Amino acid sequence: MEAFEKLVRQYDRQVFRIAQHITQNREDAEDVVQDAFLKAYEKLDQFQGNSKFYTWLVRIAVNESLMRLRKRRTGRMVSIDEDVETEEGSMPRDLADWAPDPEQMYGQSEMAEILRKTIQGLPPGFRVVFVLRDVEGLSTEETAESLGLSIPAVKSRLLRARLQLRERLSRYFRNRSKDGVK
Amino acid sequence: MTCSEFLAQLDDLIDNNVTVPVRAELEEHLRGCEHCVVTLNTTRKTIEIYRKHEIYELPNELRERLQKAILAKCKKC
Repeated sequence: MEAFEKLVRQYDRQVFRIAQHITQNREDAEDVVQDAFLKAYEKLDQFQGNSKFYTWLVRIAVNESLMRLRKRRTGRMVSIDEDVETEEGSMPRDLADWAPDPEQMYGQSEMAEILRKTIQGLPPGFRVVFVLRDVEGLSTEETAESLGLSIPAVKSRLLRARLQLRERLSRYFRNRSKDGVK
Repeated sequence: MTCSEFLAQLDDLIDNNVTVPVRAELEEHLRGCEHCVVTLNTTRKTIEIYRKHEIYELPNELRERLQKAILAKCKKC
């Protein structure tokens, strides 16, 4: 029990972040944290030592989060297994350079709001890959394992997620001085 | 190399996952393509900004409450 307590303290923040990113709902994220750890505890004997505990826990948390997202969006398809086709292609359109230090353009809370709004606009299947790979720092293999996706699927989604986020952030961070706007 | 071919390797370049000859080809493309330079730099910056800013922080009070609830339920299992 003590060992499990240590695991809860070690990973609860990450599980909360992942759940909040997928569900976009604070109450759901709280429930996911509780249910994911509880499930992990109940199934601890099924845990295969060949994958890391964290990767296994993330998989449980992702599934719990998707389940809650589906409940809230009844009738709308929510899946990370399908390849998501969006109208937004991968080819960059906004090619304006950014300000040298875009983070100086906004205050801390304004910045957080921009980042939240921007990532929320991505399809869940892209969002979760970006969060696991780039925010939580999982490898491509670990991300694939956590999501039950193939490595090529993870790679293709990561590229599109990164490019779409870049494109959307360009609206806020573009170098205005070059456009003559003061 | 075309811009599409460059983009197909963009992630591997960012993640430092390219062989020396491929890197040389990508750098050669960058020397003649300002658009791809902008795309590379701003994509890198996108990742950096998301890594740096904690947009969904778990407040300490809530964290403690969740930890207690989890451990209490586990003890009943």
